[in-house]
Amino acid sequence: MNRKQKRMLARILVSAALLAALHFVPAAGAARLALYLVPYLIIGYDVLRRAVLGVVHGEVFDENFLMAVATVGALALGEYGESVEVMVFYQLGELFQSYAVGKSRRSIAALMDIRPDSANLEKDGAVVTVAPEEVAVGQIIVVRPGEKVPLDGRVVEGVSALNTSALTGESLPRDVEAGDEVVSGCVNTTGLLRVEVTKPFGQSTVSRILDLVENSSMKKAKAENFITRFARWYTPAVCIGALALAVLPPLFLGGWVEWLRRALTFLVISCPCALVISVPLAFFGGIGGASRAGILVKGGNYLEALAATRTAVFDKTGTLTQGVFEVTRVFPAPGVEERRVLEAAALAEQFSSHPIALSLRRAAGLEAAPDRVKDVTESAGHGVTALVDGVPTAVGSARLMEQLGVAWQPVEGAGSAVYVAQNGAFLGGVLISDREKPTAKAAMEELHRAGVRTVMLTGDGRAAARQTAERLGIDEVRSELLPADKVACVEQLLAQKPRGTTLAFVGDGINDAPVLSRADVGIAMGAMGSDAAIEAADIVLMDDDPAKLSLTMKVARRCLAVVHQNIAFALAVKFGCLALGAVGLVGMQAAIFADVGVMVLAVLNSMRTLGAAKR
Amino acid sequence: MKKTLCIEVDCASCAAKMEQAVNRLPGVESATVSFMTQKMVVEGPDEGFDALMQQVVKACRKIEPDCEIHL
Repeated sequence: MNRKQKRMLARILVSAALLAALHFVPAAGAARLALYLVPYLIIGYDVLRRAVLGVVHGEVFDENFLMAVATVGALALGEYGESVEVMVFYQLGELFQSYAVGKSRRSIAALMDIRPDSANLEKDGAVVTVAPEEVAVGQIIVVRPGEKVPLDGRVVEGVSALNTSALTGESLPRDVEAGDEVVSGCVNTTGLLRVEVTKPFGQSTVSRILDLVENSSMKKAKAENFITRFARWYTPAVCIGALALAVLPPLFLGGWVEWLRRALTFLVISCPCALVISVPLAFFGGIGGASRAGILVKGGNYLEALAATRTAVFDKTGTLTQGVFEVTRVFPAPGVEERRVLEAAALAEQFSSHPIALSLRRAAGLEAAPDRVKDVTESAGHGVTALVDGVPTAVGSARLMEQLGVAWQPVEGAGSAVYVAQNGAFLGGVLISDREKPTAKAAMEELHRAGVRTVMLTGDGRAAARQTAERLGIDEVRSELLPADKVACVEQLLAQKPRGTTLAFVGDGINDAPVLSRADVGIAMGAMGSDAAIEAADIVLMDDDPAKLSLTMKVARRCLAVVHQNIAFALAVKFGCLALGAVGLVGMQAAIFADVGVMVLAVLNSMRTLGAAKR
Repeated sequence: MKKTLCIEVDCASCAAKMEQAVNRLPGVESATVSFMTQKMVVEGPDEGFDALMQQVVKACRKIEPDCEIHL
């Protein structure tokens, strides 16, 4: 609690104690009013002051004004105790609300711990401590063990391990050495690093994440817009209702005092606060809790959409698989050694940077030997031909073998097949596959339990794709897709999805920006250090663990459940009390419950979303 | 020039009203209030920026007399 809140708590306690004491004081008439005015003014002076200032500034229908009218009205009716009680409960509710909002804010502040306070700048041979904002691109900063990396950059000297937990929620160390990129927000754990800054502070990862989370409350969910629109007519409508209740029935029925009392009850219920605060608070709590777990949600609207997701579409490479290729099996032609197949393939591919070429070179374990290879021709999508040790060698797809008229034998298994031929004779095939992520299968099971249909998109061949899908338990596969086909595929799936549900696309965010934006919810995975992914997606998973997806879904559903509970509960209680108040069955005490009680419960309920991202 | 102010405001609708009021001030290029993060970002011309900030504070006080603003 801050100072302001503590002072308010003291005022509430003092006035509540005085109010209780006054029950036993046998005073009457003006003396009684004077005695009750003491706790009333202690608890309500600021409300009265703001009500007057509000009227002066032309803000008539604000809550201070309504509370002032209702309580002064109660005083005028001689309901002194009730008047003070209303004020005490109102202030208690306000205090609780500000405390709850403060707590939610602090959870975001915990994330903001990643904001670096200072940077150690190398300047004319000396190291000076400056604000991160003052460091320019190209300057050298020093990051000591235990310090946060303040700006994105490239290591020029030093070896260390970085702790990424502030960004990803998982404390896996990441080893860095000279030449590696470092991301701001990571904590340097072991060695001293000299880093050349590559991005100004405003564009560094830390700033972007903070901006994203802070601005998430600007993107409002449908539920929130509904409630603000509702509040806009609710307060004036109830005020007019109160006025009508005070004036119209007594014209025909008489009993002015009774009807005035009922009208004041109306005014107490007229404040839309519980509704207006609890919906965004629930979303913000969910977003704040998620950000601690390395899940960045760009707005409440995306949580809302994700909660309704019944179709999850995955890009295979880099999302369900690690995007690291390795040779899983070699199929030599009869009479050929396995070693010879790999060596020929690795040598011919040694100038290529394609992941498949890298995996061949790793499997062969050969040093680079540029002088053994000549006349390399690479044909995109098919493979390479070259002279290896003077022998014409071809390494590539089945189609390349066909073109060259080689009698090749197909290899079987999941992954990509590469065929090798020398001098027109078939040497054998190599099967290269991508490793599946260890948590992918469990993540799919979780999604199924949540009633979500899973679809995998891949450029792999049909048989290989189906095998992967079966192993992971994926419902549907679209294979042999070119990158451009993916948008069309997602559009088709969008057309098929059940009404009232949404479709989420999960990708690595690098090549699939159009698909991410086409889907109802675009989720990018493994986004740490990738600006493009953070930019393109609606929800960003900082690390690349597919299990985070089901966790995000859980957060979204919990949030929406809380929001719906809050709206339904608050509306039911308010309308119930309005109806009962109008017929005189409910007094001001019940009206207090309707207003403050509902707000307290709704705020408490909203705070449940904070813990939704804890596993 | 762009400046982030910390504001302490207790009600969400007051925060929205403040944003509106500050945006209406002559000289303010843009102002955004985030109630949840209790921050206001104000953008304005470099010249006379400090004087403009005083006006921003005044406009906010008019909506919510008790709000605390830290420049």
